[in-house]
Amino acid sequence: MSKMTAVQYKTKIEPVWCPGCGDFGVLNALCNALSVKEVDPKNMVFVSGIGCSGRLPPYVQSYGFHTVHGRVLPIATGIKVGNPDLTVIAVGGDGDAFAIGGGHIPHMARRNPSIVYIVMDNGTYGLTKGQASPTGPLGMKTGASPYGTVEPPLNPIAMALAYDASFVARGYSGKNKELEALIVRAMNHRGFSIIDVISPCITFYNTYKELPPQLAAIPADHDVKDRAKAFELALRDDKIHLGVFYENERPAFEDRLKETADKARGAGAPKLDEIFLEFA
Amino acid sequence: MSDIVFRFGGEGGEGVISTGELFTTACARSGLEIYTFRSYPAEIKGGHAMIQVRVADVNILLSRGGTADVLVAFNKEAYDRHYKELRDGGVLVYDNTDFLPDEDTRTIKYPIPFNKIAMEDIGIRLTKNMVALGALSELFGIPQDKFKEICREKFGKKGEAVLQKNFLAIEAGVKYVQQNVKKADSLRVQPSGRQPRLVLSGNEALSLGALAAGLNVYAGYPITPASTILEFLARELPKTGGSLIQTEDEIAALGVVCGASFAGKKAMTATSGPGLSLMVEMLGLAAMTELPLVIVDAQRAGPSTGMPTKTEQSDLMMAIHGGHGEAPRIVLGLTSVEDCFYGMIRAFNMAEYYQTPVIVLTDQALAQREASIVKPDTSHLEILTRRLPTAADLADYQRYKITPDNISPMAIPGMPDGFYSATGIEHTEAGGLNYEPANHGKMIEKRWKKIEGVLKQPWITKNYGTPNPEVAIIGWGSEEGVIREAVENGNKEGMKLGAMHPKILWPFPTEAINTYLKGVKRVVVPELNYSGQFAKILKQNLQDRNIDVISMAKPGGIPWSPAEVLAQAKEASKHYV
Ligand SMILES: Cc1ncc(C[n+]2csc(CCOP(=O)(O)OP(=O)(O)O)c2C)c(N)n1
Ligand code: SF4
Repeated sequence: MSKMTAVQYKTKIEPVWCPGCGDFGVLNALCNALSVKEVDPKNMVFVSGIGCSGRLPPYVQSYGFHTVHGRVLPIATGIKVGNPDLTVIAVGGDGDAFAIGGGHIPHMARRNPSIVYIVMDNGTYGLTKGQASPTGPLGMKTGASPYGTVEPPLNPIAMALAYDASFVARGYSGKNKELEALIVRAMNHRGFSIIDVISPCITFYNTYKELPPQLAAIPADHDVKDRAKAFELALRDDKIHLGVFYENERPAFEDRLKETADKARGAGAPKLDEIFLEFA
Repeated sequence: MSDIVFRFGGEGGEGVISTGELFTTACARSGLEIYTFRSYPAEIKGGHAMIQVRVADVNILLSRGGTADVLVAFNKEAYDRHYKELRDGGVLVYDNTDFLPDEDTRTIKYPIPFNKIAMEDIGIRLTKNMVALGALSELFGIPQDKFKEICREKFGKKGEAVLQKNFLAIEAGVKYVQQNVKKADSLRVQPSGRQPRLVLSGNEALSLGALAAGLNVYAGYPITPASTILEFLARELPKTGGSLIQTEDEIAALGVVCGASFAGKKAMTATSGPGLSLMVEMLGLAAMTELPLVIVDAQRAGPSTGMPTKTEQSDLMMAIHGGHGEAPRIVLGLTSVEDCFYGMIRAFNMAEYYQTPVIVLTDQALAQREASIVKPDTSHLEILTRRLPTAADLADYQRYKITPDNISPMAIPGMPDGFYSATGIEHTEAGGLNYEPANHGKMIEKRWKKIEGVLKQPWITKNYGTPNPEVAIIGWGSEEGVIREAVENGNKEGMKLGAMHPKILWPFPTEAINTYLKGVKRVVVPELNYSGQFAKILKQNLQDRNIDVISMAKPGGIPWSPAEVLAQAKEASKHYV
């Protein structure tokens, strides 16, 4: 395969997103990363949940699966287990990831399949027109919370660290080069990587003005193997840190499954007829 | 010809069930046909356990049989519970160190002090089960060597000392009978001299069928009575190079299955009603994206948690209609232990061929029933795989292209030029999102019409008994054997009974059933649910509105018996005159 440019990784389909939506930035960074990694599109699957962000797969030259709300991770796991040679990238919104789909994240962290999960985090439910999401701030006023929400937001990075996901990072759709680098690093990681990408919803929860002053790069001397330090950074409320919080190589799910199969097989693959004999 | 129903009852956790299983294996190795039924206590330990084993030297056993011929009662509770179901002239074998039965002359009674022999002669109380097997071997003519052979295979790993204790216990049982019991009955198990049978539970046969069909990825979450499928495949699937995942819930299980199928693999999950309830949203996704996959529902009594260890056939409507929108799927009902094996192969074949989810309905009774089957000839199985795109298809690839049979070639990730994005949003033939009502109408019709092709398969229904019956019996799923036995017994008495048993439940085999019912006035429909779910669907689909549909529905717990079905058929035939 000859090297493809970022532009060549984009299909001709025009994204449905509102002009100025952070998701455009994510798509750009993704395609840049694919070009850097020289991924063969035929061996790549983009899997998504439901939401504005979930519309992404057909915009990338690859196989795609736009699934149901909150279930992108189990489906991505099935694809990876079905064919470990595929590059599997899961995408979706913060509602998809942390509300309806939140129950799957700890188990992805435990299993650790080599899947990159990009959460396009805008603090709101874009597709259903702006209700509060689990990462929206306390007191957020929306159509479904006219007096302000009464639930404080959850902290996706601290949560992923608590579950011991093996690669945990945060990016910002407005910092394209940095985001591209994060995606490349996540793709190089063997195991489950989660990148919480702040990707503002210009229409329902526009944070473009207030965000930049709060953002800070993770200090260059941060040891990504130090989970306790990663927690400290994640829990700081003066700054929103961007970069890799934590990275820890350990056996990937697809490798462990292969090991299990080798162990079970022992001397060689038994014929079905031999399994029958257990019942004679 | 011998045909004997043995029932074993005693305290749960004391080895009653495994004693019955050992007995079962010994008979199957003697070339006999077997049919078992068991009821476990709801508790993990303690409570009453029962296993019934029907043993015969016939070609096929259709049901667990009616009353017992032999009752082996390890304790008073077993006697109290089951004695009334021991037939007149039957044999009670009981532990007289535990209790004494009432004095009556209705049955023949052999007191054997299992406990005492185990404690005093062997020194290990639980060897009482082996003492009992030794006694049964002497009483009914099953060679004790068969029991010893199986003991060696089962307990050999525990060491020679343990094994010898068990052998001694068997011999003590034999000796006690020789010295103290005068046989007053004429029951004997006749080894048949035929090829030894495999003894499989429904769930084991089903799992083997899945392996034979080429299963590659299994995902599931534990639930009674489907967990034994998960456990069986956890052991066997990796040996064939496949992968098994115990997921965090049933939604994730079906998710993994959808993903694996998308990646080109044969995949399945198995669950019970509560799990299927969780899966229905994603079932719609699978129908919409035309993914081949198999979902097994081992039904249990519901709703909600219901009675997890009791059988029922109450998920039919959910299997057919469950989910929002109108998501076509194929629904098959497994009918016997043997059918569990072949039925799963059909399920995978149809899933692959029609690129559709297939729901396979079994139930607690069939899942746990053990029966003997002749070893399948794996070299003659027809195994189908999905239609892949040709080079010409890929030149202008359309994932959901409308073809004469509405089946569209499916590209698999890894194929050059097969790019497409599957989506649960309504889409065009090329796969692009589309909200035009006209396109929706066209695509929904494509998906529905596609699966109707399955009704041309030769196996979708099976007939028994008289071809033009005066009363027809149509049931579904695991009731097959019971119905067939009722038909055979009725016809022996001179009735004109016939049965049609559909193996496909959706799409409904309307044409096959209506053709069969030409000229029939009454149909009896036995099923295990409260509202007569199958009878309702049948009524909706009858072309001859004058046919009387007699719903024989009862909520779960215990399957219908052949005698009950026959009685209802007789009642129905009376109205004729
Ligand atoms: C089971 C189910 N419940 C609700 C919905 C409606 N719904 C669609 S997208 C969405 C939330 C979208 O928010 P998010 O995941 O943050 O993605 P965004 O649109 O912001 O990218 C909801 C509630 C649905 N599709 N399915
Ligand atoms: S509604 Fe918000 S999230 Fe959705 S496309 Fe528009 S800007 Fe993006």
